[in-house]
Amino acid sequence: MTMNRIDQRFAALKDQSRRALIPYITAGDPAPQHTVGFMHACVEAGADVLELGVPFSDPMADGPVIQKACERALKHGTRLADVLDMVASFRETDQTTPVVLMGYVNPVERMGYETFVRRAREAGVDGVLMVDMPPEEGAEVAPLFAEHGLQSIFLLAPTTSSVRAATICAHGEGYLYYVSLKGVTGAASLDVEAVARQLAPLREMTDLPLCVGFGIRDGETAAAVGRVADGVIVGSALVSRIAENAERPEAIPAALKAVLGDMRDALDR
Amino acid sequence: MTKFSDLTRLPDAQGHFGPYGGRFVSETLSFALEELEKVYLSLRDDADFQAEFDRDLAHYVGRPSPLYHAERWSNKIGGAQIWLKREDLNHTGAHKVNNTIGQALLAKKSGKPRVIAETGAGQHGVATATVAARLGLKCEIYMGAEDVERQKLNVYRMRLLGAEVHPVESGSRTLKDAMNEALRDWVTNVDDTFYIIGTVAGPHPYPAMVRDFTSVIGREAREQSLAQIGRLPDALVACVGGGSNAIGLFYPFIEDEEVAMVGVEAGGDGVETGRHAAPLTSNAPSGVLHGNRTYLMSDASGQVSETHSISAGLDYPGVGPEHALWKDVGRVSYVAANDDAVLEAFRELTRIEGIMPALETAHALAHAKVMAAAMRPDQHIVVNLSGRGDKDIHTVAKLDGLEF
Ligand SMILES: Cc1ncc(COP(=O)(O)O)c(C=O)c1O
Repeated sequence: MTMNRIDQRFAALKDQSRRALIPYITAGDPAPQHTVGFMHACVEAGADVLELGVPFSDPMADGPVIQKACERALKHGTRLADVLDMVASFRETDQTTPVVLMGYVNPVERMGYETFVRRAREAGVDGVLMVDMPPEEGAEVAPLFAEHGLQSIFLLAPTTSSVRAATICAHGEGYLYYVSLKGVTGAASLDVEAVARQLAPLREMTDLPLCVGFGIRDGETAAAVGRVADGVIVGSALVSRIAENAERPEAIPAALKAVLGDMRDALDR
Repeated sequence: MTKFSDLTRLPDAQGHFGPYGGRFVSETLSFALEELEKVYLSLRDDADFQAEFDRDLAHYVGRPSPLYHAERWSNKIGGAQIWLKREDLNHTGAHKVNNTIGQALLAKKSGKPRVIAETGAGQHGVATATVAARLGLKCEIYMGAEDVERQKLNVYRMRLLGAEVHPVESGSRTLKDAMNEALRDWVTNVDDTFYIIGTVAGPHPYPAMVRDFTSVIGREAREQSLAQIGRLPDALVACVGGGSNAIGLFYPFIEDEEVAMVGVEAGGDGVETGRHAAPLTSNAPSGVLHGNRTYLMSDASGQVSETHSISAGLDYPGVGPEHALWKDVGRVSYVAANDDAVLEAFRELTRIEGIMPALETAHALAHAKVMAAAMRPDQHIVVNLSGRGDKDIHTVAKLDGLEF
């Protein structure tokens, strides 16, 4: 099997000593016909990996910004099957940028794991991050994902014990998503020093790239985190731009590019 | 075939009840749950902790609660004898306080100065605010905005007790959304906050822990049945929202194969209409919400369904994972009672026995009435009278065209 797009991308970044810029947007927000265009816009602004949120009725780990994005997307009927179609459509013109689906277990569970992994692979999905599926609960379905070349991305948090961190590092693929703070998405304060301290022991446990999300708002925070991590994940800062422009979606690609462009510049400086 | 004695050895170390239960949470909460599990397991068999718990149940809650023979109602129905396990007589008026006392003691032992809770009918919120007042803990309660409206009296009660009540405007604005918001609070404030979950749902160890704290109901009922009836009852009946009052009554009888058990879910407008809150009765597919796998009402794409019930406390799309297993192995049967029958039972018990039940509880009564009518007068049914109805007077008055 050829190397997964995620691994390829991180290998290339490493060769260039560059940091990964990973935007998150919720699929179907503000309406489904815009999502593929937004994905391309993110790539044009320098995104390395795309995290595409699967809307869910009960996004327990998300703050108000992404909750509302889910509500807007669901109001227009965006479901997991539609999100897979969006990825397939994105792949018609972009065969290289890795795409990770991020969301909650229940939509996948309802579709059925077998159907999901097959359709995700066909659509061109590279990795899956189910927020409420820690490796212990995912053990049963992990082989199925592996068989279809879908990488399982896991979260690590400031509260993760070293014993758990070892387990997560052992099961993780693609990259590890380090949650920078105790809280939900969209929370404000990120402490770069604390993040640096917490990433250090993880480096001893794994060779996987360590990417940091939650609290990355602008070029400045991105650059600061980029000095200690292999990549930065930016969600609520983008989704707020989408929300502000929900009534004139034609303005959104430029708004996304402005935020991401600043971050790209700051990371590469 | 599962032997019923095996059912007492669950959950397994990972919190699974067969295919159900588990710990489906975002990583930030894993540590808090591991800690909670450790504290709970160390205190569960600790004689001093148990003694403190029992003392509080006796002197603060007022246990044991009576097992009352509803003779007049039984005679009117003309079938089996109906006995009421009077959890409505507990301090704060419902079974919820048993669990709340237990978890608040754990909060204190864990050195957490702040407690949070979700609530539907407000009974669990009131019970939490009450024990928080007594222990001097800061208390914040999440309640769906629709329920804040339906249960005004309890909202004010909580505020009088010193709790802050946050109306939750997201999603369907009921119990499930309150639980989402409480979980969000917990991940943010995990260092100083203890989350007191009000039913046998949530991630491991909550379903097992809440079951253990509420099982005092069934232990008493079993002894009282032997003393007052002279034998075990033929059947137990309890309403099922998340399932804590039902598990509390059923669990100590689980190996008594001759005792039938029936859990009564909220039928709303009728299970066939789709407007209900009866995941077990309607055979909802299994799904994952709020940290565990269970029967979960969701649409074909996995979005959690809105539920419908006259009672805020049963208005929940999932159900405790242990009930899911009990359904599958056939230990307990699950049925639904519709809003109409529930209101009729509410009025009937009030008029005939002078006991005004909570609307949640009236679901159990509505079904007990149907069962009793088909049984002989020398047979016995124990119904968990899980709470009193004062909080529902508003709702019932409104149906009578009255406003206060
Ligand atoms: C009196 C009463 N009974 C029953 C319930 C339902 O909860 P459970 O199914 O956990 O017993 C509630 C919940 O608010 C309640 O207040």
